[in-house]
Amino acid sequence: MTATVDAPERLVGKAIKRREDPRLITGAGSFLDDVRLPGMAHAAVLRSPYAHARIRGIDVSRALAMPGVLGVFTGEDVKDDINPLPCAWQAGKVQNNVNTPRVLALEKVMQVGDPVAVVVAESRYQAEDALDAIEVDYEELPVVVDAKKATEPGAPQLHDNAPNNVVMEWSCGKDAATVDQALADADVRVSQHIVNQRLIASAMEPRGSIGRYDPGTGEYTLWATSQAPHVHRLLLGAFILGVPEQTIRVIAPNVGGGFGSKIFMYFDMPLVLWLSKKLGRPVKFFEDRTENYLHTAQGRDHITDVEVGATKDGKITALKVKTWANLGGYLSTVAPGIPTTLYGRMVAGCYKIPNIHVDVTGVYTNTAMVDAYRGAGRPEAAYLIERVCDLVAGATGLDPAEIRRRNFIQPGDFPYDTGIGMLPYDSGDYERALNHALDLVGYQDLRAEQDKRRQNGSDKLLGVGMSSYVEVCGIAPSKWIGLPGEGWGAGLWESANVRVHLTGKVVVTTGSLPHGQGHETTFAQLTADQLGVPYDDIEVKHSDTLGTPFGFGSYGSRSLAVGGTAIYKSVEKVKEKAKLLAAHMLEAAPEDIVYENGKAFVKGSPEQGKTIQDLALAAHVGYDLPEGMEPTLEATTFYDPPNCTFPFGTHVCVVEVDRNTGEVDVLRYLAVDDVGNVINPMIVDGQLHGGIAQGLAQALYEGAVYNDIGELVTGTMNEYAIPKADMVPNYELDRTVTPTPVNPMGAKGAGEAGTIAATPAVVNAVVDAVTHLGIRHLDMPLTPERVWRSLQGASA
Amino acid sequence: MTMTEAVAAPARVPVQMTVNGTDYAAEVEPRLLLVHFLRDNLGLTGTHVGCDTSQCGACVVYLNGESVKSCTVLAVQANGGEVTTIEGLAKDGEYDPVQQGFWEMHGLQCGYCTPGMIMSAHALLKRIPNPTEEQIRHGLEGNLCRCTGYQNIVKAVQYAAGQMNGGGTHDPANTADWERELAGKSDS
Repeated sequence: MTATVDAPERLVGKAIKRREDPRLITGAGSFLDDVRLPGMAHAAVLRSPYAHARIRGIDVSRALAMPGVLGVFTGEDVKDDINPLPCAWQAGKVQNNVNTPRVLALEKVMQVGDPVAVVVAESRYQAEDALDAIEVDYEELPVVVDAKKATEPGAPQLHDNAPNNVVMEWSCGKDAATVDQALADADVRVSQHIVNQRLIASAMEPRGSIGRYDPGTGEYTLWATSQAPHVHRLLLGAFILGVPEQTIRVIAPNVGGGFGSKIFMYFDMPLVLWLSKKLGRPVKFFEDRTENYLHTAQGRDHITDVEVGATKDGKITALKVKTWANLGGYLSTVAPGIPTTLYGRMVAGCYKIPNIHVDVTGVYTNTAMVDAYRGAGRPEAAYLIERVCDLVAGATGLDPAEIRRRNFIQPGDFPYDTGIGMLPYDSGDYERALNHALDLVGYQDLRAEQDKRRQNGSDKLLGVGMSSYVEVCGIAPSKWIGLPGEGWGAGLWESANVRVHLTGKVVVTTGSLPHGQGHETTFAQLTADQLGVPYDDIEVKHSDTLGTPFGFGSYGSRSLAVGGTAIYKSVEKVKEKAKLLAAHMLEAAPEDIVYENGKAFVKGSPEQGKTIQDLALAAHVGYDLPEGMEPTLEATTFYDPPNCTFPFGTHVCVVEVDRNTGEVDVLRYLAVDDVGNVINPMIVDGQLHGGIAQGLAQALYEGAVYNDIGELVTGTMNEYAIPKADMVPNYELDRTVTPTPVNPMGAKGAGEAGTIAATPAVVNAVVDAVTHLGIRHLDMPLTPERVWRSLQGASA
Repeated sequence: MTMTEAVAAPARVPVQMTVNGTDYAAEVEPRLLLVHFLRDNLGLTGTHVGCDTSQCGACVVYLNGESVKSCTVLAVQANGGEVTTIEGLAKDGEYDPVQQGFWEMHGLQCGYCTPGMIMSAHALLKRIPNPTEEQIRHGLEGNLCRCTGYQNIVKAVQYAAGQMNGGGTHDPANTADWERELAGKSDS
């Protein structure tokens, strides 16, 4: 590097405080419910108290007469104008039995909480008052909430086009007979029934939307709690409302957490637009927490029978998986893709397993829709294979760490094809992360302590659990994800525009968007370094379809790996143009120009160079440009990566189980993650903390419970146990860094890793604590009662 | 007049209170929650609503010096009272040490729970100026955060305690930890 160019401090890799925070710590962040429009009216939704019922009639006359009421509408009123919501990812041949919700139920309701009617009034209080005055005549129908039972003979049938309530029968891997033979040939064979319980995403901000129709221009504006504004606009225009896409603008204000639940298309989005047009007023709908728990899409809910075969020395030779995936009463936007592409094709985990067969049956039940929730399929896969590793350890008498080592894909094997239809894993060194984690936690000492306690007959049973996970991030390559029947029939590329204004200030617009991840900070760090402009001169714009190029949004840990790369490439294009312009201004050959630290100059003569600010001014005033060069200095990139990225690592959990009460005390939680290169370590660690908390919470606390008549027993934050500050441990974090070759930053993605890794680490620890008593498996959540009952059984 | 009509058209009652140092007077329905009065009548939307069962704590404000969940207080109950919301915490353009702590320690991600969390942490530090980690975790039991996993919230409160006590147990240079950690990890 030429010493005479002042090198600005590099920001990539620095723990820069977030530029988002000043507004959020002062109450100045504008979330959906904070948006106030002149003349705005308020909607409240009447929801079904029954999980399965026929609507015989609805009488809204009393409600219409209530104070402040502007209108009351039912499914009949909107059915000709608003199509059922689309299911975009029809994986696994579900095309013949797609059932998606209408915005307001027409003839039947399929779950408690199904919207049946909407009231619009001057205030939310008045709208809710009027709900009580609507009379609905329901005919109750039989209910089924369990995915496996729903497929059995005699089960209540939800949809005429889905016999036995089956959404799809999907499989991957080798044929069943081959895998059966491999199981038969195995030295050791273990089978296990495993339940991955239903979870509620529980973003602290519930969902909502505000619709405004402008009769003068015919344009609709939707403010929505959205992780994907462009996708929502597309679906609203082309599929649901049948209006030109370009007449709709979607804005996501500050979004208060999503975890997947705000990716999807929801009934209120088209409904508030329709209501606004109908009533001539902007209309707001904002869920209360009970509505959020009843009706916003949930996650997981798998019932699995797994069978594994291994050699005596712990080499896994065969894996056969049969999973019933509960998808709820209708199909949510990308629901079928989760238990198939993102679960079935990831069950190999970090391991070389020669014979795998996976069957997945997607099922309709009288419950809330299930779709992507933080990790989306990958937590279910990691949980399965990491439990399987411990089962093999138990059956062979080998240490769980040794089972993992003997089966790991090796660093020299990449790119590695697991043979079950996933894209090839990009890079990794799984054993290094495992060994590092075990060293840090003091594994041998813990095992010695465990032995000692067991010999002493201690009531405080010590358990050490580990999970070596790999996940698929940066979900994008369109040639893969766009494949109809496998993917979702659309691309998943991402976009960015980088514009250097005449004043030298830089605006980055991205099709991805944050809901807590700090994009504005991370993307500005990235741009500052690469373009060589001051960090404070860069603004990152997002979340508004007007003014951002089409993008697919933020989920699947894709913002940096895919969206960040689009920014990176746009900056490169800007620099290329800047160099051409500099060559012209300096009367030099373009090939002699270098660009460093915000300045373009003839190689060896940096003092004569042109700064990016000089060049931006020249490019905008435009009176002296090279022949054929267009004015301004900006570039747009639509980036479609060649592959996904595959972060990995090993998490270790140490627990103490009270033999008398079944209580689990997490003594330590240590994570070694490899998310590739890191832009802002503070933000990455924060993502891991939060992810671990959610994964640990599945293991110990959370579970959405329906009773037999389809009522959500855990319908408020009083019953659904999202963890409080004193229910989680301190997290000890460390990293290995294996850059991905997939993108130029070498960054893999970090949003979901913690959630994916933590659940099996915690469960493995608890089971490890009690395994010497003959307990091989426990289903989540591992409440004191559940552990205690199991211990009672073991003691008897 | 029948009872039904009486319920359907509730009388409005006058309330007046001082919020963040400014006096306000209004006529409200007796059933109006304090949080809605703050948000809808006064436009102070920094106080959030995250649940309907008083679990989440996103709506915590000070009422007469005590932290309360403003979703569980009627506006009329606050009549004549003094309220401080997140908007009123910074003084003379300076963040309160608790606000600063949340910024320094990455104690927030999406920011939705943050106003209530900061108010609760502020109240905790009034009660216990130099709390242990256990006291912080226990003291924030009434506030839910879904993003951070709480560890950096604990750090944020420790930072604030250190600032308020002119030192304390916390090293304010702690932000460098992440970089030091990373420096040791970039091993390939």
